Amino acid sequence: MSTEIDRQWTTRTRKRMVSAFPAEKLLPDTQPSYVASWIYVFGVTTLASLAMVILTGCILSIRGPVWWHQSSEGHFVNSLHLWSVEVFFFAMVIHLWGKYFMAAWRGKRAMTWITGAVTFLVSIGAAFTGYLSQSNFDSQWISTQAKDGINSTGIGAYFNVLNLGQMLMWHIVLLPLGAVVLTALHVVLVRYRGVVPPFEESSKS
Amino acid sequence: MELLAAIFNLNHYGRYFTWHWLNISIANLIVVVLMVIVFVTALVAPFPGRAKRKGDQ
Repeated sequence: MSTEIDRQWTTRTRKRMVSAFPAEKLLPDTQPSYVASWIYVFGVTTLASLAMVILTGCILSIRGPVWWHQSSEGHFVNSLHLWSVEVFFFAMVIHLWGKYFMAAWRGKRAMTWITGAVTFLVSIGAAFTGYLSQSNFDSQWISTQAKDGINSTGIGAYFNVLNLGQMLMWHIVLLPLGAVVLTALHVVLVRYRGVVPPFEESSKS
Repeated sequence: MELLAAIFNLNHYGRYFTWHWLNISIANLIVVVLMVIVFVTALVAPFPGRAKRKGDQ
């Protein structure tokens, strides 16, 4: 017979979490031998570059546009932010190709695949609003070029690319939050289901 | 950028590759080609310690 404490939502949640994510599953000591391939490094490369994007983005937020436009240090951090994004997308696209040709949604990994795909879409939005938030002629040009396309979709009233304040808030609050939360969920799901094995390993088991 | 500009002359309009329906800037085309090269290399290049790991299991 269950006690009152056993029926508490905190007790039930803790028991569920401990059973789904034992410590050795969350931070495993080893990985299967098939993970020893260069194609498996692009996920973690994407994570590392995302960390760099967030870090440099925080520094840019603290110092502001005048600093990133006019000082050498500002130019340097601004360039680090840009090139981290370049590495982020470069690695993420190769990660996507690798997982697509591996059919990485096998073995009840559909949600892992979906969270990865949605993170990719959110990241495109984050990059786009980043171009709009530069506060220079480039961002003005991109916003005026993009407005007709965005307005033709009908979302222009809620997502106005000519509104710098709104685009900056999307870029530094909503989209990074979405990307980081989805990435965390994606990594947790990878830990929960394990790294997808190659086709030959699946057929053996 | 200034260092790159010293190597490549960037003082011109962007160049584009056009083939039937396909229209892509040379800069983007170079990135796509690089991604394909890195992807194929990742599939075929030997990973350090792979043979040892397989032997251990």
